[in-house]
Amino acid sequence: MSENTKGRIKLLLLRIVVYAILIILSALCLFFFYLMVVNASRSNAELAKGFTLIPSGNFFTNLKNAWNDASINIPRGMLNSLIIALSTAVLTTYFSALTAYGVHVYDFKGKNLIFTFIMAIMMIPAQVSALGFVQLMNKFNLTNNYIPLIIPGIAAPVVFFYMKQYMESVLPLDVIDAARVDGSSEFRTFNTIVLPMLKPAIAVQMIFSFVSSWNNYFIPALLLDKAELKTVPIMIAQLRSADYSKFDMGKVYMFILLAILPVMITYIILSKSIIKGVTAGSVKG
Amino acid sequence: MKKQPEMQGRVKSISYAKWGYIFIIPFFIVYILFTLVPQFLTVYNSFFENYRIGLTQVGPNYVGLENYKALFTPQSDGTILILKYTANTFILWIIGAIPQFVIAMLLAVFFTSGRLNIKGQGFFKTVIYMPNLIMAAAFSMLIYTLFSKVGPIQLFLEHQGIIDKTFDFFAYRVSVRGMIAFMNFIMWFGNTTIVLMAGIMGIDQSLFESATIDGANAWQVFFKVTLPLLMPIFVYCFITAMIGGIQMFDVPQVLTKGDGLPNETTRTLVMYLNRYLSGASRNYGAAGAISVIIFIMTGVLGFVVYKMLAAQYQEKRSAPKYHRRRQRGENA
Repeated sequence: MSENTKGRIKLLLLRIVVYAILIILSALCLFFFYLMVVNASRSNAELAKGFTLIPSGNFFTNLKNAWNDASINIPRGMLNSLIIALSTAVLTTYFSALTAYGVHVYDFKGKNLIFTFIMAIMMIPAQVSALGFVQLMNKFNLTNNYIPLIIPGIAAPVVFFYMKQYMESVLPLDVIDAARVDGSSEFRTFNTIVLPMLKPAIAVQMIFSFVSSWNNYFIPALLLDKAELKTVPIMIAQLRSADYSKFDMGKVYMFILLAILPVMITYIILSKSIIKGVTAGSVKG
Repeated sequence: MKKQPEMQGRVKSISYAKWGYIFIIPFFIVYILFTLVPQFLTVYNSFFENYRIGLTQVGPNYVGLENYKALFTPQSDGTILILKYTANTFILWIIGAIPQFVIAMLLAVFFTSGRLNIKGQGFFKTVIYMPNLIMAAAFSMLIYTLFSKVGPIQLFLEHQGIIDKTFDFFAYRVSVRGMIAFMNFIMWFGNTTIVLMAGIMGIDQSLFESATIDGANAWQVFFKVTLPLLMPIFVYCFITAMIGGIQMFDVPQVLTKGDGLPNETTRTLVMYLNRYLSGASRNYGAAGAISVIIFIMTGVLGFVVYKMLAAQYQEKRSAPKYHRRRQRGENA
């Protein structure tokens, strides 16, 4: 056998191993969610019989039961989460772009200090100020209110940093000068000329902030205790504390499925731009 | 102040300077109101005794450092809870993080290898990134349901005769910790893969070519070229993952109903904090002290991340071309 054929066989074997690894990992990622969908289609009696990978015909019965459940009002929870997550996504991206624009375009005293400050606070987690946050919201009578879950999105250092980097690569300052010559006010220039240029960055960051707000459990659980205001993660956690053995298990799987469904659908439609967003956010060179 | 002469030279920027302030004001008002003031309040609370026993409220009374002392006072059995929970948090994180980084590194090399020329990359990346977006509370609930005493995994193993009815996955430290670490691994390895891939693609391709021409094999290229040049991004990734690990809450909280089953071996720092924030066990003094400790831990790591970002940012802004040329020259 010549060196060349030997090399080719080696490469072929290597490829087989690599594809096998990729397929196993992909299967691992999908397995539990597939099992969830299968189990969401089975009745409680079927589930008690044991494990299977073949879907059954009870999907819509379970959906109806879960949707109309008396103790866990999942449609209400999904609506609540949707309101909070959408408002957060809009506010976070708009104001992060606005803040980044302020630092990027204008020269003012303390600008560098401000930029350094925002970068320095980027890594501080919300949990370490949660105590004071809850106390303050209590004092302002803002518990069981969505304001403390939505408004803080305006100050999002990570999104600010992303927008700032994006502006450095796509926003030529002469465009702004040209708008000024045409008599456009600073706000109008930002809203009508700059924002459209930032569309890809805004889209990506809207998705990420929507998802993290939809999935957020820690802070909402501390602030919301009225049943009609609860969000999806709080309801899911409640499911865990309930007396489990008496539950219709088909319904439990359906609740979990409903909790992750909106994000899944968004992801399936937009996965390409989402992955591009992760890549862009990570290349800092 | 230093900038004054430069700014005077640029008449245009002076006349627009106020807009800079106007545009950043909303950010700072919200930051001060919803983060900075709460942060100070949290620290302030840590110096006061303020808790509830049954229906009686004690405090708030100033107690100095008593809350911190109490945190580090051993229990009757000799354990110091905060150290135990710190250790739990770290152990849970590291058993997930090791496979996360090893596999992510491996996949990043596979995906970027021209020789392997992997097909269907879009599909694989889409699938492995997906768990990153799943609601942690829901994923945890799903895993609980699947492994619970009436769940399909238990039933399957019973039917196979591997375990009997008395077996309980949630009675063993190894299995509960394993589940938590596994979930963290599944949720994060795709994200890390994509970040490391971007890092590898950012490396000057001619370096790989010249190493191959010089007769380096795939291992040598990886250890002598890829790894050293990827190091900054790898370290950045690792430290941010560790900061995320310190915040671990949703997964173990939901999986163990907040109890850290079995025997508090899966209770994390933030679960500890959470217990003191509400309900019958409310204790704002202890919660404040725990918050300050978590703040210091994330603060130290966050400072490293900040330094790396700032250095990179400065470098990119000042002389990107010069730097790249120099790097190529040094390594060629």
